Amino acid sequence: MNGPIRARDALLDPIFDNNPIALQVLGVCSALAVTTSMSAALVMSLAVIGVLTGSNATISMIRRQVPFRIRIVVQLTVIASLVIVTDEILQAFAYEIAQQLSVFIGLIITNCIVMGRAESYAMEHGPALSSLDGLGNALGYSVVLLFVAFFRELLGSGTVFGVTILRPSLDGGWYEPNGFMLLAPAAALLIGCFIWLLRTLRPEQLEEELTLGTLPEPGGEGRIR
Amino acid sequence: MERSAAYTLRFAGLVGVVASAVVATAAVLLASRQEENRLLDRRRQVLDAAGLVEPAERLSRAELTRLFGDSVRPVLVELETGDVVADADAAAFDQRRAAQDPETSRPAPANAAGVERLPTRALVYHVVRGDQLGALVLPFEGVGLWSTMYGFIALSADLSTVLGVTFYEHAETAGLGALISDPDWQALWEGRRVFGDDWEPRLSVIKGRAPPPEDAPFEVDGLSGATLTGNGVTRALHFWLGPEAFGPYLARYRQDRGIP
Repeated sequence: MNGPIRARDALLDPIFDNNPIALQVLGVCSALAVTTSMSAALVMSLAVIGVLTGSNATISMIRRQVPFRIRIVVQLTVIASLVIVTDEILQAFAYEIAQQLSVFIGLIITNCIVMGRAESYAMEHGPALSSLDGLGNALGYSVVLLFVAFFRELLGSGTVFGVTILRPSLDGGWYEPNGFMLLAPAAALLIGCFIWLLRTLRPEQLEEELTLGTLPEPGGEGRIR
Repeated sequence: MERSAAYTLRFAGLVGVVASAVVATAAVLLASRQEENRLLDRRRQVLDAAGLVEPAERLSRAELTRLFGDSVRPVLVELETGDVVADADAAAFDQRRAAQDPETSRPAPANAAGVERLPTRALVYHVVRGDQLGALVLPFEGVGLWSTMYGFIALSADLSTVLGVTFYEHAETAGLGALISDPDWQALWEGRRVFGDDWEPRLSVIKGRAPPPEDAPFEVDGLSGATLTGNGVTRALHFWLGPEAFGPYLARYRQDRGIP
C-alpha cells in the first residue's frame, strides 16, 4: 500500500502543484477583498483552514449515508454551520479583526474551494485523507493570501502586520505609500504575478494554448473552465 | 445510489437538527463574551469621539476599562423632561434594548432620520478632565442608504464645538458610504459647530468639500458617491440633538451651567 504517499500528496499537492487559487483559479473573490493587511489575511486563512478541514472531514464521514439527490444541500448545510461557528468564535475572541473582515467570513460559505473539495474529494475518500486534502487546499489558499497581503500592506501602507517597515512621508519618512495597492485591482495583479511565477517555475502547469476558432475534442487535452 | 424518499427526508431532517444544535450551542456559549466585546467597543468609541484615544491606538481590555472608568461618567437622562436619573445604574443601561421594549420606549414622533422608537431614557457620557467637565458625548442613530447607522458625537463642555464623531455600526456601501467610519473623514468634523444662535442643530454634511471650520462652521465635507448616506447622517444628528430627543436635556444642561 502507498498510504503514506497518498496522504502526503493530499496534503502537499494543493500548496504549489495544484494550488486552488493559482491553478484552479477558485476563491479569487475573497482573495481580492481581505488582503489589504497581513493580520486580516492571516485570520481569514485560519478561518478557511478550520472550515475546509472540518467540512471535508465531516462530509467524508457521512459520504456513504448521504442520499445522492440532496448531497449538495447537505454539503452546504455542513459548510454553512461550520462557517457560522467560526464567525461566532471570531466575534468572541478576535472582535476587531472580525469587524474588519465583516461579511467575508460569512462568504466563506460560497467560497468555491470549500464546496469544490467537498464534492470532488471528500465524497470519494475517507475522513483522514479528506481532512488532509482540506488542510492542504486551505494552506494553498493561505499561501496566496499571505503573499498578496504582504505586498499590498508593505507597498500600500509601508507596514507588515502593522509594524512600520517603510516609514511613510506623512509620518516624516521617505516612503510614498502606493494607494493603488489598497484597491482590489492590485490584488488581481499580484495574483497574476503569483501565477506567472509559479508557472515559470513549474512549466507543466501551463495551459495548452487554444487556437482561436477551434474547440477541443470532447474528452480532448485542452482544458476549458 | 438511489434511496427511498422517506430515507432522504429523514436524513435531511437529521442533518438540519444536528447542524442547528451545533450552531445554537456555539452561539449560546459565546454570547456573553461577544456581548462584553460589544460593550468594550462601544466604550472605545466614546473615548475615540472625545479624543481621549487616537483611532489607531491599541488598548488592552484592562487599559480600556481603566481609562473609561477614570475619565467617563455615564449619565442616564429622561428624554422627555431632560431630568438626570440618579437612582439607576447607568453603566448597565442598554439603550438599544430599551428602545425595543414597549415598557421603556414609545413610538418616535414623525422624523426624517428614520427613527421608529424612542427610549424613554437615554445614556449620555460626561467626560471629565481632572475635576472639570471636558466634553459631552451623545449617541445618535439614523437611517442612511441601506442601514441604520449608530454613532457618537462629542461636544465641548460649553456645547460650542465638535470634538469628534464616530460611527460604530452601519452597513453602508463599502468604499463609499462606509467611509463614515474612516478616521480621516471623522477628523473633518473637529472644530465645527452644531448649534446655531437659537440652539437648533444646524451642522450638515454637504455635497462636495467644505471650507475649514473657521469659514464654514456648520458644514462637513460630503463623501463623494455617498450623498444619501451623508444626508442620513445630517438627519440623524438633527433629530437626536433637536427638541424631540436630547433637546430638553441640553436645555437643562445649559441652564445648570449658565450657558446663554
